[in-house]
Amino acid sequence: MNIFFQQLLNGLTLGSVYSLVALGLTLVYGILHIPNFAHGALYMVGAYISFYVVGSLGGNYWVAMAASAAAVAVLAVLSERLVFHRLRNAPPLHDMIAAIGLLLFLEAVIQAIWGADFRRLSSPYPQIVRAFDLTAPAQRLMIIAAAFGLMIGLHLFLKRTILGSTIIAMAQNREGAALVGIDATRVSMLTFAISGALAAVAATLFAPINLIYPSMGHLVIMKAFVIIILGGMGSIPGAIVGAMVIGFAESFGAFYISTDYKDIIAFALLVLILSVRPQGLFTRGVR
Amino acid sequence: METPLRTRALLAVLLLLAVLFPLAAPNSYYIYVMSLAYIMGLSAVGLNLILGYTGQLNLAHAGFMAVGAYTVGILTVDHGVPFWIAFALSGVVAGALGFLAGIVSLRLKTHYFVIFTLCVGFILYLVIEKFEWLTHGTVGVIGIPAPPSIGPISFETPVAQYYLVLVFLCAALWVMHRIVRSLLGRAFVAIRNSEDLAEALGVNLMRTKVLAFVLSTVYAGLAGGLYAGFVRFLGPSIALESHTFELVTFILVGGIGTLFGPVLGALVLTWVTQSLQFLQDFRMIVFGPMLILLVMYFPQGLIGFVNERRARRAAEAARARRERTAQDNRQRNGEARVNA
Amino acid sequence: MLEVRNLTKTFGGLAAVRDVSTKFERGRISAIIGPNGAGKSTFFNLVSGLHKPTSGHIYFDGAEVTGLRPDQMALRGVARSFQTTHLFDKASVLDNLIVGHRLRTKSTFWDVLLNSRRLREEERACRAKAEEVLDFVGLSSIAERLAGEISQEERKRVAFALALATDPKILLLDEPAGGVNPEETAGLADLIRKMAAKGLTVCLIEHKMDMIMSLADKIIVLDHGEMIAEGPPAAVQSNPRVIEAYLGADYAAA
Repeated sequence: MNIFFQQLLNGLTLGSVYSLVALGLTLVYGILHIPNFAHGALYMVGAYISFYVVGSLGGNYWVAMAASAAAVAVLAVLSERLVFHRLRNAPPLHDMIAAIGLLLFLEAVIQAIWGADFRRLSSPYPQIVRAFDLTAPAQRLMIIAAAFGLMIGLHLFLKRTILGSTIIAMAQNREGAALVGIDATRVSMLTFAISGALAAVAATLFAPINLIYPSMGHLVIMKAFVIIILGGMGSIPGAIVGAMVIGFAESFGAFYISTDYKDIIAFALLVLILSVRPQGLFTRGVR
Repeated sequence: METPLRTRALLAVLLLLAVLFPLAAPNSYYIYVMSLAYIMGLSAVGLNLILGYTGQLNLAHAGFMAVGAYTVGILTVDHGVPFWIAFALSGVVAGALGFLAGIVSLRLKTHYFVIFTLCVGFILYLVIEKFEWLTHGTVGVIGIPAPPSIGPISFETPVAQYYLVLVFLCAALWVMHRIVRSLLGRAFVAIRNSEDLAEALGVNLMRTKVLAFVLSTVYAGLAGGLYAGFVRFLGPSIALESHTFELVTFILVGGIGTLFGPVLGALVLTWVTQSLQFLQDFRMIVFGPMLILLVMYFPQGLIGFVNERRARRAAEAARARRERTAQDNRQRNGEARVNA
Repeated sequence: MLEVRNLTKTFGGLAAVRDVSTKFERGRISAIIGPNGAGKSTFFNLVSGLHKPTSGHIYFDGAEVTGLRPDQMALRGVARSFQTTHLFDKASVLDNLIVGHRLRTKSTFWDVLLNSRRLREEERACRAKAEEVLDFVGLSSIAERLAGEISQEERKRVAFALALATDPKILLLDEPAGGVNPEETAGLADLIRKMAAKGLTVCLIEHKMDMIMSLADKIIVLDHGEMIAEGPPAAVQSNPRVIEAYLGADYAAA
């Protein structure tokens, strides 16, 4: 029973981290209609900044997370202003190549500063919690709690605040939003900032139970793409549901089938589903 | 379309330079680098068919190149298959996998296709890394034999290998030239311009896109096979998407959607990175921003730029000719009226 | 020659085209008009094969063609132009037109590899066809001009030429005079008459009423996906339902 519970917890943990990353990705796609390949690099930079704050500056874990979120938010906004905004009228191919360029740049910079070795970020909550005959590492519980807290916060922000509703408006109808006076520039920047912050938080949450290295964003970003395609690009509930599905599939798959091939699970799912439904699971195709 | 005399002369000169290169090269290291650049150029030419001419960004290209390389590696090292047979198979295996990937992925719209191919590429990498019983996993395949002699010609020396690779590159370019100049090539370009319009003109989208995709993976596979025989050892990392990004950069620099662009880009960037060796880490830092700047300010690449200038001049010349004829006609009519 | 029966297309819960039945006679010019969002382009998409109908039938030349793909419809002789024509801007106008006749050729991939005689002949034929249609639309003088540098009106003519290069029996023109001044509009209308005179059936979507009234033999009016009127221009013009659809019930009553 405990073992099953462990896998459940694992699945929730993975799912939580994936959903934060996928949420950022889907928000940006909803506004700009470009798949931001650099999102994985933002995730990675977030981890390194937290590592730096805790390791070299001796900061507290949560302070590091806040600093990281802020820094990556700024980085994301810069990428929007300097790169994506300039390419808004170019064919979609150019957006994607530019995003790849950003990704390569960020990875190269990080690698130049910290090298390619694996780094560790120690967990602020190394204890194990015991209750009802079940054990759970506190870090994982914290990840789940923090992620859900953030998601609820995001939901409230989008639905209950005016600023949030401008994002939804622009995602639904760009021209209409402009007509009612919504400033597309501000909304784009805000969305990018939020997506960057989410990625940084996700990375900081996950870092203590994982390793930090320059290409850590690759796998995560690909899974995030799988998630938003399955859940529907631009859909927030879709991103969360998809992330949980992938998280659980990986956790149980790793344990009950094989750890070696757990990474393939997400992609195998993608291949399977897109072969049958080319428009994704939750999107309504136009054809 | 007729190839103008000037272009033919230019090609002859380039070929001559390529043939004379080993004589001018200071040492065999240069010849090695150049040969590798040719192989990458060959692979990029294949990628350009689906990316530049048909407009689909296939991020799994390096994965297919790895498939070709590993086909040669596994067959020659583990099963003693003669190199040239293994080499032929490298194109076949990559093409077959390309066909399977193509019929599934090409039904997807732009962004989904790109992401899907990114995942396919990653699956290929994972398979190569994890299926140790087949691919030797992270240990890699070592001791791949060099291409065996064909008749009296042996390929043991770097110079001989250089010429072998050059021959394959020229053959690959020649076939690609046939393809892109033909009605089939025009169909590819029509798809790139607008899939809806191409369909309305009678182009069977799926069949044509899959054909372009399979052709590009065959090129990738054969380039991989050449790579295996040339470098003689393989590891899973050759399947990583960073190699596809590299090829995309070659294509962008040289000229996307042009015949020689990918090769030119491969040569230029290979030698530029070589000469900037001393910058080490900073090389990689420059790479990303270079891609971004290219795509923002110089998306047509070197050859694209030259082509545009040439087309503009041709249009100008045609217009000037027409105006002169119109003027002559006016003059003649004026004279006729005066004489009448 | 083209007949649709009970043609319906729904997206999600919304019916873009609802139960439309009509016929297009050979050699005639028909026009489809209606307020924005009436379903006109969707109708074209259904007939040309870009969308599959949710229900209903399409018959062309007596045969059922419901659900065929656009390239299959093109082979049967249904040509279609779009509101924006995406050409290869860096190539010449003539170059852009050559692919238009490809669907009538038989060369395969092996012909391409071997540069067979069949391929070379067919390429010559496609080029000749391109020159022919370019001449038909009156643009032989800009054959060498870069496609990215021609005017809007010239672009519209090139779109016609592309459609004509497929050797069609019927042409579906989506806003052929969009973004073009009145003088140029009259020129395009003349061109359409010239096409009909050659025996082609033409069906166009347009918003320019003067052009349509003088050009069309029959007008079909769509509103909210339904056909609310069909007939010769004079009859449609005075039809109260049509007036109501465009201007509101007050005008219809007046």
